[in-house]
Amino acid sequence: MNPARNPAPRALATPLVHLDSEPYYHATGDELAVFAAAAQSRLPVMLKGPTGCGKTRFVEHMAWRLKRPLVTVACHDDLTTADLVGRYLIVGDETVWMDGPLTAAVRAGAICYLDEIVEARKDTTVVIHPLTDSRRALPVEKRGEYIEAPPDFMLVISYNPGYQSVLKEMKPSTRQRFVALDFDYPEAATEARIVAHEGGVDDETARRLVKLGGLTRKLKGAGLDEGAGTRLLVHAAQLIANGMNPAIACTAAIARPLADETDTRDALDDLIRAVF
Amino acid sequence: MSERKLFAHELEARLDELLLLSLRQRSAAEPAALLEALPRQLQERVLHWAGVAAQTSDDLGWLIASRAAEQAASLGAQLDDWARAGLDAYDRSGLAATRRALNDYAAAHRAGAFESQEGVAFGAIEGRLSRFLHALEGRPLKLAGGPRAWTDSETLWLPERLDAAPDAAGNRRLYKAIAALLWAQTRFGTFNVDPEPELAQWPAPEAALRWFALFEAMRLEACLARELPGLAADIAGLRGPWPAQLASSAAALAQAAASAADSLACLAELRRVGAGDPPNFPHVGALDPLAARRVRAVRIARDTATLRQALNLLRAVDPSAGGEDHPDYPPLAAEGQTQQLDPQAEFLALPPPARAAARSLQQDLGEIPPEVLQAAGPGAWQPVDGIDSAAAPGVTTQPDAFYDEWDYRRAAWRHGWCHLYEMRAPVGDHAWVDEVRTRHAHLIRSIRRRFEALRGEDKPQRRQFDGEEIDLDAQVEARADRKSGGEPSPRLFIHRRRVERSLSVMFMVDMSGSTKGWVNDAERESLVLLCEAIEALGDSYAIYGFSGWTRTHCDIYPVKRFSDRYDAATRSRIAGIEARDYTRMGVAVRHLCGLLARQNTRHKLLVTLSDGRPDDYGDEYRGRYGIEDTRRALLEAREKGIRSYCVTIDRHGADYLPQLYGPAHYAVIDDAQKLPQKIAEIYRKLTG
Repeated sequence: MNPARNPAPRALATPLVHLDSEPYYHATGDELAVFAAAAQSRLPVMLKGPTGCGKTRFVEHMAWRLKRPLVTVACHDDLTTADLVGRYLIVGDETVWMDGPLTAAVRAGAICYLDEIVEARKDTTVVIHPLTDSRRALPVEKRGEYIEAPPDFMLVISYNPGYQSVLKEMKPSTRQRFVALDFDYPEAATEARIVAHEGGVDDETARRLVKLGGLTRKLKGAGLDEGAGTRLLVHAAQLIANGMNPAIACTAAIARPLADETDTRDALDDLIRAVF
Repeated sequence: MSERKLFAHELEARLDELLLLSLRQRSAAEPAALLEALPRQLQERVLHWAGVAAQTSDDLGWLIASRAAEQAASLGAQLDDWARAGLDAYDRSGLAATRRALNDYAAAHRAGAFESQEGVAFGAIEGRLSRFLHALEGRPLKLAGGPRAWTDSETLWLPERLDAAPDAAGNRRLYKAIAALLWAQTRFGTFNVDPEPELAQWPAPEAALRWFALFEAMRLEACLARELPGLAADIAGLRGPWPAQLASSAAALAQAAASAADSLACLAELRRVGAGDPPNFPHVGALDPLAARRVRAVRIARDTATLRQALNLLRAVDPSAGGEDHPDYPPLAAEGQTQQLDPQAEFLALPPPARAAARSLQQDLGEIPPEVLQAAGPGAWQPVDGIDSAAAPGVTTQPDAFYDEWDYRRAAWRHGWCHLYEMRAPVGDHAWVDEVRTRHAHLIRSIRRRFEALRGEDKPQRRQFDGEEIDLDAQVEARADRKSGGEPSPRLFIHRRRVERSLSVMFMVDMSGSTKGWVNDAERESLVLLCEAIEALGDSYAIYGFSGWTRTHCDIYPVKRFSDRYDAATRSRIAGIEARDYTRMGVAVRHLCGLLARQNTRHKLLVTLSDGRPDDYGDEYRGRYGIEDTRRALLEAREKGIRSYCVTIDRHGADYLPQLYGPAHYAVIDDAQKLPQKIAEIYRKLTG
């Protein structure tokens, strides 16, 4: 999947991604229907689930399906309101207003995807509130502008309930504005199909990778914070497809990213050796 | 510590003090005389272990002290491992087992088993192996060191040390192979057949048992090959080719359909042609089918009871599931309903412990026996109201508070059900804390460093009226605003300020009887480390112990209130935390969350340190009732804005903890000894 990117007029402008080939996504429940219905009803959507289980890919797939441009923002703890809404820049002796990604998405009627929203500063999440209720508008204070969102605009946020920090939980006032979809690792057979397709490996290798993934997920809470997500399995598959020895590929793509602690790392190595 | 050796009379005095011997008409003169010849360092190690053991039981202390005196000289640096093996055995099965374990270890040591440089000790690989086994499917297994490799289908015993391979890597692989094959015995039905009738027909049943173990190893290796091909290849590489005369048996047992019965058939065949001793393969562990089948029978009975009780309850609540009437909780439907059961749908509705029991039964029997699924007759399950009427022991004063308790069967509260007493926390030996702080000095230093870094994370506060630095973004914006005719903001500076964490933490410590021994030690040590860590952070925190004996006697022990400082008095109270009675958890959660809710901080966190599920005297609180009540109490806490987290060393914790705390809000530590090392890291992750 190679989304053709709209060449941005300036380096700082928000990239509006138009997806014209289908991003691979394997549905595991009724998430396609729910998302489409939410889009139809102009409701914002929240995706919950562990890391690497296909949330971002799902949004890309839906953007393609609904034929809407996509703006993705990876949230981090220094993300300010201005980073989302926009700011004035000085060019020469002029001031130039630069839309932030959220504003750009609202204007274009795009899907705006705020990835890992809990990472953003608490005050930032408040700016999305008027977009999530019946107002569906974005007040741009700096410019004295009140942008009503076109029907095609849609807000999607994702969040990983597996985070253990008590300081990083979403407030009910934010949560309760969204239609929520639960994501989890797919069933073994489905996941194997995904790994085979995405990683370009044969079915047997994919099956073994998924087996390994399942074993690491049992270590959650007993050495690991989280087991290997589908994404890690696909990474390992891609290394294998490039001719790398499966055990080395799994160590590099799965065991090392998951754990630093010696016992757990050794146990993961043992599991890799056991499966391959 | 001076280097001077201690004289016999000094040793005698210290042993006497540690073990309170004068009270027991025992004399430490003899061990002291033996210890006198040792170097000071070794003397201190012996005294240390005698003291550790005496905290668990006086008899254990005496046993360790007297045996150590005899054997310390020959054990040398192995003394610590020797003592640990003994204490471990005590926790598992008491004093007699300790005596055996100590002798076994010393004998193995004398036999030179621990001499080689290439050998690998069980302790060195335990962490890695336990995680490895944890990841494999099936019922959770405990891992322990012992004189030989075998499993009773709940615990895997592995040799204290392996030396069979020429290098350390080979010995580690051998450990893994042995452990994997023992796991496979529990997973692929070795204990589903009774080999006794066949064994009895052999002139040498021990040899027959070893033959059976060998045939099973062949079969299980093939089972492994189907699920974990790499592991099977590893094992095949370790053992080399099977002897030629066994090749046909190996091939037959490698069939996918082969079962333990086929291994028995091979054994019978062998008896007919006649055979001597089996060849020795180091990767094949020993078999004790009698012991394993006994454990299995107890487990099946327990799982059956759990499952049946849960099913009956489910049917009592849900009339569509059929089942018998219960006098207290009559089904809503009319009599004469069809008794059609849908096991699949029903299992989904079961509470997690019952589901775990169902899985475990499936593993033991291949399927859930139909009679379990049938509704049991009346009286199969009865609510027991414990000893309500009987006065709980030692209660003379009025309770400090009454708390409601949630009865999930009634879906209603029992009002004022629990009588809560705020007790005086017992004061322990302050020197113990000092000893822990000395022993973990290095760990404490590194924890403090890491935690100080966490606190020291100065976050730049942008757009302030004043500050140390100019905020360039704000300057540019202000200039842009002025240019475009707007009013520029005067907030143009960056101020670096320590971010206020605004967090209060309540540690709720399980003081139930089951924590006696190492768990209690681990809890106390963890609390010392936590206090050191949190002092570096500046969070506000409190520590309360809880225990109890029926609903009329729920005790709370304030070890450190929010207002207390971490001073000598607090430290003595930490040292004084001891194992007491039972774990009526709901009322403790309610009381402590009440205290926590009064804290004026933005975030509030309740951390439970425990060794098992909620439990109380009498059958009532045990099982689902206790779990539902605790869950309700935690939900109430959440409504008050309190987050809860549980750190447990119960290996079955994963069955019920997600239901209580939510999927990400608990940690299971597989070994009590590791708790002190892990706890600070858990806290850092939790609040970072």
